[in-house]
Amino acid sequence: MLTVLALLALAAHYVRAIEYTPIEATQGLAQKIFYVHVPAAWSAFLAYGIVGVCSALFLWLGDRRLDLFAEASAEVGTVLTLIVLTTGPLWGKPIWGTWWQWEVRLTSTLFLFFLMVGYLTLRRSIFDPLVRARYSAVVGILGAMLVPFIHLSVYMFRTIHPKPVILNPEGPTLPGSMLSTLLEGVAIMTVAYLGLVMLRYGIGRLQEEKEARHAAAS
Amino acid sequence: MAALVLSALILVIFNFARDPTVIRAQDLAPSALWVTITFAATTALNRAFAVELDHGALDGLLLAPVGREAIYLGKLLGNLVFTGIVQLITIPLFVLFFNLDLHGTLPAILLLAFLATVGFTAVGTVFSALTVRVQFAELMLPVLLLPFMVPPLIGAAQVTSKLLAGRPLADSAGWLQILATYDIVFLTLSVLVFPAVLDE
Repeated sequence: MLTVLALLALAAHYVRAIEYTPIEATQGLAQKIFYVHVPAAWSAFLAYGIVGVCSALFLWLGDRRLDLFAEASAEVGTVLTLIVLTTGPLWGKPIWGTWWQWEVRLTSTLFLFFLMVGYLTLRRSIFDPLVRARYSAVVGILGAMLVPFIHLSVYMFRTIHPKPVILNPEGPTLPGSMLSTLLEGVAIMTVAYLGLVMLRYGIGRLQEEKEARHAAAS
Repeated sequence: MAALVLSALILVIFNFARDPTVIRAQDLAPSALWVTITFAATTALNRAFAVELDHGALDGLLLAPVGREAIYLGKLLGNLVFTGIVQLITIPLFVLFFNLDLHGTLPAILLLAFLATVGFTAVGTVFSALTVRVQFAELMLPVLLLPFMVPPLIGAAQVTSKLLAGRPLADSAGWLQILATYDIVFLTLSVLVFPAVLDE
């Protein structure tokens, strides 16, 4: 239910972003992708943070639901990362004149994607649910800690990405109507992320029950 | 032994994988050195726990009256010594193949090699204990571990090229701090999470 509402709100948000938000002076229509790109990026990083936190809590408390929640978050996060990695180059080509740049946020997001795919691949190759939960928690924790290091080291490598327009020291530099559209997008995308994770988590629970029943029957 | 041959081969391949009229060997040298060390280390880590599993040696280790942390630190030390030997043989080959003069910068390069290796070997030791009991272990370890090699690799290659350009190690203090922080953070985390990999 939450997911359906969030996805509908997301559609409405795009209508607002395209029709009712002023067109940016220098970038023109290409800038509109920003209302998809930034919220997705924010939710993708949130998703991986939650994988890390759930993994750490799982190793501490041993509650299987935390493991299933981490898995759900990683799957939704992978989709969000893919959205970021496709919308980014679509914007980069007309504005930067290149599809890809070895820039800090691009590279961090790319590695976020690799980490999530690695995490999910590992999960797929372990059949014992308890072992799977422990092993993937270890990978989840270490991966979450790696992201800031990748960010820092690529930052020292070089950067051309647009500067942050909201969380920068001089306060938001974005005009009011664009800012409210963006923030609306971030809020809706976060709810959509949560909705999808809950949905995927529900599926995980059902699968687990089925496996348990299967094991009991045989 | 295989890791040594592998690193020699990678260095040779690097030398041929460039257009000698456009790119000088020296320009490629830092990346060649660090990519070689990274791949040699991965192959070594792939074997680290496989040998323990072969004859049930791991069960013996688990029965021994020592903490899981001690087992981890022992394996880590072994892996570090092994990677260290590979580096000690790779670096002279590197000097030879790329026609470099490391006179005076050798201690700095060795310190750098140590700082860049500890962190990812710490994570690699945990991952190798974990992937060894998973399907397609030889594939799974690099997929999981290569992202962890990126920060040390960037740092090490950058510092190496500065050193080869004749700049003192002090110019790279920022990178050395990052590498040291990386080592401390991942060594600590690895010690903490390792028991979860061994619990039966």
